[in-house]
Amino acid sequence: MPEQPVTEPQDSQEEEQERGLSQRIGARQDAIAGAPAVDGPAAAPRGPREAIFGLEEVQVSYGPKPAVRGVNFDIGKNEITALIGPSGCGKSTLIRCLNRMNDLIPGARVEGKVRYHGQDLYAPQVDAVEVRKRIGMVFQKPNPFPKSIFDNIAFGPRVLGMKGSMDEIVERALTQGALWDEVKDRLKTNAFGMSGGQQQRLCIARCLAVNPDVILMDEPCSALDPISTGKIEDLMMELKQEYSIVIVTHNMQQAARVSDKTAFFTVELDDEEHRSGRVVEFDDTEKIFTNPADPRTEAYVTGKVG
Amino acid sequence: MSATSEAIQAAPTSRRAKDTAFRLALMACLGVSILLLGVLLYDVVRDGVGHLDWHFITSFTSISADKAGAQAAIWGTIWLMGICAIFIVPVGVATAIYLEEYADNERWYNRLIEVNIQNLAAVPSIVYGILGLAFLVRGPLSLGNTVLAGGLTLGLLVLPVVIISGREAIRAVPPSIREGSMALGATQWQTIWRQVLPASIPGIATGVILALSRAIGETAPLIVVGAATVIAFNPEGLDSPFTALPIQIFSWIQRASNDINDYRPLAAAAILLLMIMLILMNSVAIWLRNRYEQKW
Repeated sequence: MPEQPVTEPQDSQEEEQERGLSQRIGARQDAIAGAPAVDGPAAAPRGPREAIFGLEEVQVSYGPKPAVRGVNFDIGKNEITALIGPSGCGKSTLIRCLNRMNDLIPGARVEGKVRYHGQDLYAPQVDAVEVRKRIGMVFQKPNPFPKSIFDNIAFGPRVLGMKGSMDEIVERALTQGALWDEVKDRLKTNAFGMSGGQQQRLCIARCLAVNPDVILMDEPCSALDPISTGKIEDLMMELKQEYSIVIVTHNMQQAARVSDKTAFFTVELDDEEHRSGRVVEFDDTEKIFTNPADPRTEAYVTGKVG
Repeated sequence: MSATSEAIQAAPTSRRAKDTAFRLALMACLGVSILLLGVLLYDVVRDGVGHLDWHFITSFTSISADKAGAQAAIWGTIWLMGICAIFIVPVGVATAIYLEEYADNERWYNRLIEVNIQNLAAVPSIVYGILGLAFLVRGPLSLGNTVLAGGLTLGLLVLPVVIISGREAIRAVPPSIREGSMALGATQWQTIWRQVLPASIPGIATGVILALSRAIGETAPLIVVGAATVIAFNPEGLDSPFTALPIQIFSWIQRASNDINDYRPLAAAAILLLMIMLILMNSVAIWLRNRYEQKW
């Protein structure tokens, strides 16, 4: 995808908004063919950053009852947005509808508006495969392919038909994934021989190799030890210079350490004992953890419940 | 305190006796089958090993028992297996992919197909022979009593086995691999072709070999589709008449033996040959599984 600059010019805000961003949005509108730009209050930038995702009354259901509903917030460019909350609150469900991974689950239904650069992600003419090319995902458990380290990285660029030297693409992705120095001498060995933390960084590098715009991370450190977790957190801080990141985490310290914005979810029981998730509060991470508006958020982040 | 330890120590003798009796019964059952197998093997080896030589493999069958060999049957069997494999691999794998990756289990027709495949695996082989006779040898395809018709009939017979084992191999690839691939922007077809299939090839290959090792011993369907019993030439093309090892064995056993010509040792030798081929095929299957099977 040559139209997509790997490094955004880090100029002043105005300049960036005038030049780099409009270019980038233009490229994207061409790419996701025919998707109408939806104008609405939720698509407007919130604060100084431009919104990459605008979520408006989003509700996801696997069957008759919603798994998560009432989601209204924007996800900003070059920010790390954390989704926190107790188990079963729909964080993972929500993150999976940002790159249409829920399409793969029979019976999954998304209502409301999910806007990506102002375009309705669920408009009928939008191709889910095109969406996933731009919005990468890292999963809870490292899921390297049963292939060599090189082929793990090269798989995405190959299926997308990316031009250029595959060696360079692989080296760049592994360098960005902070893995190059550890694996450069064994690129041909099977990825299953790596440690869990290395495997997860390989999965991040694999996702970077296709030049995504956004990286979604669904509890990326839940299967890792604290040292590997630290490495991935450092990596995330670096990556947000170029990418926008959404992370689901159970680890509140992690959310507090790495994220710029935090959405707190909770579980609600209806009259028939059906559990569904709902967003309680969305704000700057600092505010969520020091001065939350909602008492439920405070109880959760201070460890009184959950 | 003492009551507790007493209760733990005192194992009721009746229960222990039942345990032992049950274990002995199980071992007796195992013993019966192993003993039967042993007797059978001993009998066949004693009768046949003397005949199993280069002459036997390279000669055609003959009225004279001393001159007779199984060359036509060996080549017939090889042709049948080749045709069978060429037929079952694409059809079986494609069906398995459809059922595992595309079919929506909520739809009645997909459930119907599934139940049918399970049932087809249990249909007696003679029924497939009749099917082959009606649809391949005569009827719509009218292939005649040819090696092609024989191979396809055997293929139909073992197709359910290939489909079922193929589905298991495909199902063994964890969903996380598919998700990882799709999340990179690969299409479903790219995901299947480049991730799921390569990872499940060892399992599929094992299933194909085991299916062929079932087909290699089938006799009844071949008789129905008209395998020749006495021919003195190898198949030369798909439209050749043919015989096969099990048919040859059947034919030798059927033939009346006398003091001059005893055909029974020939049958025993052919049985040994068939068993050697079977063991070789199964060994390849086991080797494949151990060497290439992916541990997740």
